[in-house]
Amino acid sequence: MDKRTSEAEAVAELRDGMTVGIGGWGSRRKPMTIIKEILRSSVKDLTIVSYGGPDVGMLCAAGKARKVVYGFVSLDSIPLEPNFRAARQSGTIEAMEVDEGMLQWGLRAAAMRVSFLPCRAGLGSSVMDINPDLKTVRSPYADEELVAMPALPLDVAFIHANRADVRGNGQYLGADWYFDDLFCMAAKRRFMSCERIVDTGDFLKEGSEQTLKINRMMTDGVIEAPGGARFTTNPPDYQRDEELQKEYATTPWEEFGPRWLSL
Amino acid sequence: MTTGGTRAEVCAVACAEAWRGDGEIVASPIGTIPTVGARLAFLTFAPDLVITDGDALMTAEPLPVGAGPDHPRAVEGWLPFGKMFDVLWWGRRHVMMGATQVDRFGNQNIACIGPWEKPKAMLLGMRGGPGNTVNHPTSYWVPNHSPRVFVEHVDCVSGVGYDRVPKGAFHEIRVVVSNLGVFDFDTPDHSMRVRSVHPGVAVDEVVEATGFPLTVPSDVPETRLPTDEELSLIREVIDPKGLRDAEVKAA
Repeated sequence: MDKRTSEAEAVAELRDGMTVGIGGWGSRRKPMTIIKEILRSSVKDLTIVSYGGPDVGMLCAAGKARKVVYGFVSLDSIPLEPNFRAARQSGTIEAMEVDEGMLQWGLRAAAMRVSFLPCRAGLGSSVMDINPDLKTVRSPYADEELVAMPALPLDVAFIHANRADVRGNGQYLGADWYFDDLFCMAAKRRFMSCERIVDTGDFLKEGSEQTLKINRMMTDGVIEAPGGARFTTNPPDYQRDEELQKEYATTPWEEFGPRWLSL
Repeated sequence: MTTGGTRAEVCAVACAEAWRGDGEIVASPIGTIPTVGARLAFLTFAPDLVITDGDALMTAEPLPVGAGPDHPRAVEGWLPFGKMFDVLWWGRRHVMMGATQVDRFGNQNIACIGPWEKPKAMLLGMRGGPGNTVNHPTSYWVPNHSPRVFVEHVDCVSGVGYDRVPKGAFHEIRVVVSNLGVFDFDTPDHSMRVRSVHPGVAVDEVVEATGFPLTVPSDVPETRLPTDEELSLIREVIDPKGLRDAEVKAA
């Protein structure tokens, strides 16, 4: 079994209007070489589901995103994402904005193949007003009304791991794998980039079995992409390139984009 | 014994006090001064609190604020975001969030300014405000108390206030700590009340900097001063680089 592929081959599977989930969190462990390839492609009108960081900002700036589903979009060390802000403020994208726990619930519902999961988050807040399609559900067991968070099924998911094997197993050596497993389980097609492809037998030299967060049932393609999350963090391989991120955040996209794509 | 301290240090102690009596739960501070506060509470009157490195690790000893990724950590547990969400639903957590706007009933906004459909200024988005405020205690930290922050009505409700509490919610807005004072909702209709003003701040100044009518008790106490022990912990152990002063200027 050999699932090795390239960013270009993975992105070639995208069609206009697809729903794309992107792993990581804020400006942390984003599959940036895959994002670059989407930016280079002609695909458009994507719905992006993400714990948003520069992935969302760039896809908005480049006109690839028609809609974004998110709980927040932030660069972490730079709290506000400039390109996402510009897109929201000029009204060039649609938005589904929910609590960050609701986003997890939507992915989990899709992964479980149920149409919704009940949750308390959202009740009382503007989440219920700004998402008029959101419904509540009454408990059949108690006097309780909860939000029915709809499943967020994905056409394609992209994630970035520290290590992977050619069979599509993925290893996370940092302290948090965020919700990458749920993104894969919510998606029809799943692509994982990684810092380094290792022999399957070498996984346990890198970290304990508990670092094997992605198994090969969850992936269709593996892409070896050293530095593939830059400029976002990917510990222990590297920290965030704060200088480059700052440059991204302070340079107009028309100027930064072409320069970044050539890096 | 109390001898004083800067405004930032008074604020840090006021933040620490928010977690007093919480027991064995996670303290989740957002921002420098709330982080100094949580770590101070842990080192003094709230040793059962669970504190973190600001990331996925529970630490048995507080890290200094601003410590880099290579700074050694006394790791006692692991709370990646998925686990932290479990704790959140479970209720064993008290978060202190920021607030771009907060209103009379403790509704908080960090999502956007202006109409949500096409904001004048897009901010962070809802983040965890909706879930935090209906699942466990929440407090707020405002380093720049002004009528632009303390508004009659927030533009968008991220964190749920007392006039919108859903039935069955585990809702408590404990306190709002600002650079001017400490505020709570201990009034018959749960509207905001001045609990204390920081040393050197006049009640009138607070009223003027607030965009809605505050409940002002006839006798407003001063926020307590840091003890000598607290001051040395803040200055030598928790925030030796003085990052707290970047958040609140000396008064």
